[in-house]
Amino acid sequence: MLIIKLAVRNILGAGLRTWLNVFILSLAFLTIVGVQGLLQGFNQQAMDAMIDMELGGGQFWHRRYDRYDPLSIENAHEKMPESLTRLIRKGEATAILMTSGAIFPEGRIQSVVLKGIDPAQTLLDIPSAILQTHGEGDIPALIGSRMAKEARLEKGEVVTLRWRDIFGTFDATEIVVAGIMSTSVQSVDSNQIWIPLDTLREMIQAPGQATLVVLSKNLRNIPPDDGVFVFRDLDFLLKDLTAFIKTKSAGSSILYVLLLFMSLLAVFDTQILSIFRRRKEMGTLMALGMPRTAIIGLFTLEGALHGVLALAMAAVYGVPLLALAAVKGIALPSMTESIGLAIADTVYPAYGAGLVLGTTFLILITVTIVSFLPTRRISRLKPTDALRGKFT
Amino acid sequence: MEDQILIATERLVKHYPMGKHLFTALNDITITFKSREFTGLVGPSGSGKTTLLNIIGALDSPTRGLVRVMGQDTGTLSHKQAARLRSIYLGFTFQTYNLLPVYTVYENVEFPLLLLDMAPAQRKKAVLQALEWVGLMDKQKSRPSQLSGGESQRVSIARAMVKAPKIVLADEPTANLDAANSHNILQMMIKLNEELGTTFIFASHDDKVIGYLKRKITLTDGKVVEDARMDLPEGRNTC
Repeated sequence: MLIIKLAVRNILGAGLRTWLNVFILSLAFLTIVGVQGLLQGFNQQAMDAMIDMELGGGQFWHRRYDRYDPLSIENAHEKMPESLTRLIRKGEATAILMTSGAIFPEGRIQSVVLKGIDPAQTLLDIPSAILQTHGEGDIPALIGSRMAKEARLEKGEVVTLRWRDIFGTFDATEIVVAGIMSTSVQSVDSNQIWIPLDTLREMIQAPGQATLVVLSKNLRNIPPDDGVFVFRDLDFLLKDLTAFIKTKSAGSSILYVLLLFMSLLAVFDTQILSIFRRRKEMGTLMALGMPRTAIIGLFTLEGALHGVLALAMAAVYGVPLLALAAVKGIALPSMTESIGLAIADTVYPAYGAGLVLGTTFLILITVTIVSFLPTRRISRLKPTDALRGKFT
Repeated sequence: MEDQILIATERLVKHYPMGKHLFTALNDITITFKSREFTGLVGPSGSGKTTLLNIIGALDSPTRGLVRVMGQDTGTLSHKQAARLRSIYLGFTFQTYNLLPVYTVYENVEFPLLLLDMAPAQRKKAVLQALEWVGLMDKQKSRPSQLSGGESQRVSIARAMVKAPKIVLADEPTANLDAANSHNILQMMIKLNEELGTTFIFASHDDKVIGYLKRKITLTDGKVVEDARMDLPEGRNTC
């Protein structure tokens, strides 16, 4: 009880020094939570964007379709079973037909994946309606901004497209860039050309066929597999992204530790310097008859109380700041597209309970330890040495 | 009571490492201090005064020899026991005052009583009494940084005296004080010595202190070269 009373008295008595320490510590806490929240927001948004633009509520894949084998695309399409066409008619699913091809922008050759999509679909966030509104003549194509940049294509430009039909015969035509969509999902953008589904079916002579069928996110009753089209749930479809996030999480854990280390370095310095500066005070306490264990307890408790005050201070000015960031989002520069993960223009940080509680715990433990260690060392000195301000 | 031996040293030796050599701070000191003494350890710098004071106060340990304080062999005490000895029986004043900087004058003086777990009402009474002794009632709420050297030393004395210890060990109590302040403080100590029966042991080479001593122990090169009873000076009892 005495130690608590003295620790509170010391902390309040130290005035500005205390509040400076507390402010730095609260900044460290907020920095860690803020940056980690941003990373968690990245991950969550990447997943949401993929679901909204590509994956829907799950997909039925043609049994020969293998997303890791580009050569499988040629033969991975067939007529859909009635169960799936019924869903498509009801607007609870949409068909995608895929084939490989090449375009020749500015005389260069560039391999592409041609994807046929129903222009009237609203299930995916792809602005396929652009394909619907385009006039007669050339085949309208929708591409992503990344693709447009890579191929140096602009809206309205015409480019030659070559492909093979289901009999292996090469054919070519002109397509016109009807629209350029901005998307954070690379797999619907890079080297992808979206054209109307029926047009692609005609081009490769595959009427009524599809490579995969995307289901609505709201669909509850998934039809059974028919042996030709196999259901792939979101766990399967997001496997790569989940693995990628896990890899990134390992990286972000290092970042977390680094941030924690850097932030606490300031606190560490402040605490260590503060405690070493107070070694004469410890010597005085020893001379006045305070036992060694009580001195260690007093200074350690002071450190821990700094942590508690910092958390309280962080809550006062940090919660509104972090909440604002979570609601309004943080705008990112376009260069972040090259990071390798789908990143939107605005990232909305997500602060999990684990992150906040874990960081709180870590801060408290670290502050307590950095207070305990130097105090223990000084308290081992003879009182005369501590009074003289000796280190060893 | 007059003859009770509070402190006894036997063949006390203290060496300090100084480079590759050992510096002998105390060399075969055998000495006793009785209750109600007002004794000074005098001698030039480096003669061993402060070292002897620190060893008596269980703040330092001897290289060889024995020290008994209040019947306890300080060489055999644990840290906790030594802290308890200091807390109950000993009061210290330091040349540099060593006041706790973030505490007020009141809190500094109160601190030893907190360690003794004294009841709040009793504690307050003792602190105010100690502050009255040293004439600092009007500075209760001041912090050490707001005090003059003389005032700081008086706080240091009040802190040493507040628990009415058996022994006060004072290291150069007047070193940073002007003549007027020195005399005020010494007269106050004499008053406490006579009213409360507290034993005072000073380490000092200040002539002003020496003039007030009942007993003067002269140290040179770590040895006692003179141990003399002093005649009470004129006005010795004037406070």
